Amino acid sequence: MAAPLALVLVVAVTVRAALFRSSLAEFISERVEVVSPLNSWKRVVEGLSLLDLGVSPYSGAVFHEVSVPFHFIILWSLITDALTAVALYFAIQDFNKVVFKKQKLLLELDQYAPDVAELIRTPMEMRYIPLKVALLLGYSIPLFLFTGSAFLSAIFLALATYQSLYPITLFVPGLLYLLQRQYIPVKVKSKAFWIFSWEYAMMYGGSLVVIICLSFFLLSSWDFIPAVYGFILSVPDLTPNIGLFWYFFAEMFEHFSLFFVCVFQINVFFYTVPLAIKLKEHPIFFMFIQIAIISIFKSYPTVGDVALYMAFFPVWNHLYRFLRNIFVLACIIIICSFLFPVLWHLWIYAGSANSNFFYAITLTFNVGQILLISDYFYAFLRREYYLTHGLYLTAKDGTEAMLVLK
Amino acid sequence: MGLLSDPVRRRALARIVLRLNAPLCVLSYVAGIAWFLALAFPPLTQRTYMSENAMGSTMVEEQFVGGDRARAFARDFTAHHRKSGALPVAWLERTMQSVGLEVYTQSFSRKLPFPDETHERYMVLGTNVYGILRAPRAASTESLVLTVPCGPGSTNSQAVGLMLALAAHFRGQIYWAKDIIFLVTEHDLLGTEAWLEAYHDVNVTGIQSSPLQGRAGAIQAAVALELSSDVVTSLDVTVEGLNGQLPNLDLLNLFQTFCQKGGLLCTLQGKLQPQDWTSLDGPLQSLQTLLLMVLRQASGRPHGPHGLFLRYRVEALTLRGINSFRQYKYDLVAVGRALEGMFRKLNHLLERLHQSFFFYLLPALSRFVSIGLYMPAAGFLLLVLGLKALELWMQLHEAGVNPEEAGGPSNPAPTLPAAQGVSLASLVAPLLISQAMGLALYILPVLGQHVAAQHFPVAEAEAVVLTLLAIYVAGLALPHNTHRVMSSQAPDRGWMALKLVALIYLALQLGCISLTNFSLGFLLAATMVPAAALINPHGPRSLYAILLVLTSPAATLLGSLFLWRELQEMPLSLSEGWQLFLAALAQGVLEHHTYSALLFPLLTLGLYPCWLLFWNVLFWK
Repeated sequence: MAAPLALVLVVAVTVRAALFRSSLAEFISERVEVVSPLNSWKRVVEGLSLLDLGVSPYSGAVFHEVSVPFHFIILWSLITDALTAVALYFAIQDFNKVVFKKQKLLLELDQYAPDVAELIRTPMEMRYIPLKVALLLGYSIPLFLFTGSAFLSAIFLALATYQSLYPITLFVPGLLYLLQRQYIPVKVKSKAFWIFSWEYAMMYGGSLVVIICLSFFLLSSWDFIPAVYGFILSVPDLTPNIGLFWYFFAEMFEHFSLFFVCVFQINVFFYTVPLAIKLKEHPIFFMFIQIAIISIFKSYPTVGDVALYMAFFPVWNHLYRFLRNIFVLACIIIICSFLFPVLWHLWIYAGSANSNFFYAITLTFNVGQILLISDYFYAFLRREYYLTHGLYLTAKDGTEAMLVLK
Repeated sequence: MGLLSDPVRRRALARIVLRLNAPLCVLSYVAGIAWFLALAFPPLTQRTYMSENAMGSTMVEEQFVGGDRARAFARDFTAHHRKSGALPVAWLERTMQSVGLEVYTQSFSRKLPFPDETHERYMVLGTNVYGILRAPRAASTESLVLTVPCGPGSTNSQAVGLMLALAAHFRGQIYWAKDIIFLVTEHDLLGTEAWLEAYHDVNVTGIQSSPLQGRAGAIQAAVALELSSDVVTSLDVTVEGLNGQLPNLDLLNLFQTFCQKGGLLCTLQGKLQPQDWTSLDGPLQSLQTLLLMVLRQASGRPHGPHGLFLRYRVEALTLRGINSFRQYKYDLVAVGRALEGMFRKLNHLLERLHQSFFFYLLPALSRFVSIGLYMPAAGFLLLVLGLKALELWMQLHEAGVNPEEAGGPSNPAPTLPAAQGVSLASLVAPLLISQAMGLALYILPVLGQHVAAQHFPVAEAEAVVLTLLAIYVAGLALPHNTHRVMSSQAPDRGWMALKLVALIYLALQLGCISLTNFSLGFLLAATMVPAAALINPHGPRSLYAILLVLTSPAATLLGSLFLWRELQEMPLSLSEGWQLFLAALAQGVLEHHTYSALLFPLLTLGLYPCWLLFWNVLFWK
């Protein structure tokens, strides 16, 4: 198992390093689909040169990267990407083990569920490379590590939160996962549950405070808080991207924007609670859905974010037969991803189309993503239902029964 | 969400798609074509109107009277041109200086990838001459261009004369707020391209040119002029540019306004405007004009020097003086006045032309169809591909995918991964081979021209065209041998999966193309869609093969040439058509290399491989 993983890692890092030095890097680092104001290489260079001159890099309105990784930027990006890969790999492996255990435990009705789960690992490695390339190119570093250790997990979660804020919502699935590993039941009345939650929250909060203080001491100013988190939350940069924010706020009167920023931002955080209640037994699936929600509703999304949650698709291979609209949705997403550059060209270079064209595709793309995720969610629920109730249901009158989502 | 989650309704929908697939496809195709034909009729065509405030509401008075001067300049130019055999650069410089312009020259050279037989050129050396009239009231931040292309074929001397006379007249006026550049280019479009690249300080096509000594700010608009007689009966206006790009509709409106004001007769695609919209004749004539425009735009060629300006976001059009047998003729003064009026109005612009449409079709000079109205035509055609793909997907997956939808507990799931595995593995070879053929088609003709010319008794230009055709035809023979290589456990699934992929691929390409160049997208969709939807290996194979060959991209090109000449009322004989086809192929390749026109790579790297996939489906065993 270790050899293919190492191979994949070496290849991915090599591809990344090669691309970084090739002329393609310049082209890609200009694409709006890949670059956001948070991770733009140009802005990083600008920040570095400001720092060299002894000026706070946050003093202009250009630089929004957090400061700790910023001091060893290239290495950081390579390392974190490699780490993300390893983390994903081990997390999935771990998840498989848990699934097997649970399946044995419950003596499930579904005969082929373990077979399907068995299939998970191989495609994971196979499909990793292209996604990884996109992920690496996008230079986004969402890092979350669900190893067994609660402490490590808290630290990495804090790092991810520190970098892009939204992973704060991953706290809940992380907690649920660790609880499940420790066989602590998720019950409001259970004392162990509250104790562990408190511990985990403390570890998480503590490491977050430590990292933030560290960046304060590095630059000896609090400038980075508004420049990074304020920037993420209040969305002042309306450069077009594949997300939903830019067009809406470019069109809006200034005095409504605060209200609508709140409405838009709440989407990321809003679904966490109902999902946590519904999926409390399935933290990994919860995490997948949450990552997808983040990548759809975050203020500066890139294809790197999309690729991250799509990297999980092989894990949910066994849901494939329960998906209803996968063909249409896959077509929508593929066609949209081709139309992005076409319409961008028409708008920016040819000057004949305008922002409405590009936003129409952005909208379609995101609707496609949302439908895809809800399709996965529904498929998951259906599978769970079949696992407990048997695959071939009959209604009271003897005809074949159907499941309806209401 | 009801449609997504309610199995009853989904099943009903699926049944409709499966049972009524054929009628729905036919209906959708017919609707697409009918919609397109209806575009020439009044409810869908709207009257054009000026959207730009700066040009609409103000009045200008044309005072140009330099007809004699223009004719004298033209005579001198012709004499000098004949004497030197090339563009009389020194004379032009002198004359431009004498009318008070800042004069600069630019020399350029370009070695074409292979000899251009239509224009008889290979190693091109030339000089552009341009004079700048500095606006007395502004800081040289914006400019307008009046350009005259001088080629080896047409000397365009009257246009040069008129341009010089206009320059002399403009020089005496005080109202200019934008600099005006008077540009004479040698080797027509090559010179224009060299000048534009140097002006914007880029090098996209590999042309060598000396840097420009004088500039005049961002170019707001450009007018290209082609005149080769002292009197004209009408002015023909051309809007179609490189890769089907069009200038802002306001520029055309402006031209039309001044034609009406001066009583000039103006034509579009060589056709007069229909007067009578109430009877059937008017719309039928406008349908002809519309078809001509679609064919021209689809070719993606720059139909005049303006076509190259468009790439740099300069709104531009070309005016051609036509001297036919009509009784009433206009002299250069009338043309000069129209140009003066246009430039004075353009001089009023406060920002770039952006108010009016960039995507439109023109059934007549004063009528247009906007993008919202013509897009459904392409949409209906692409819907056929979507419906067909959906049907195939359902057929591929009707066994054992969704337990409730497949009906009955008879199908255990394990068939699915195996079937998928087979189809995916069998798809790789045809996809790769057809893409490789496309790549060969793109690279080999130009790369191997010398080899071909050494071994066969043909010239380089012929070698390129013949290699192109040879590879194209070889593609038909090659790929359908491939599927023997792989195991075919489920033969039907194999071709269905391949056809599914090919349908999506085609829809994707046609969608992208019709957004950028509607005419090309529609033309290709109208020809390729029926064959693509019909093809399967079980029907009458020879009939399908003929249909597929007839709708291949090259056949579409040939057919378009015949249709084009038919619409221009100059029908082609078969051999003429073939000659024109060969010339068009060579021009297509050349234009890709010299102006980076995209039609050639699009056809060779995108549509041809996709079409080969359908060929592959047809001969699936």
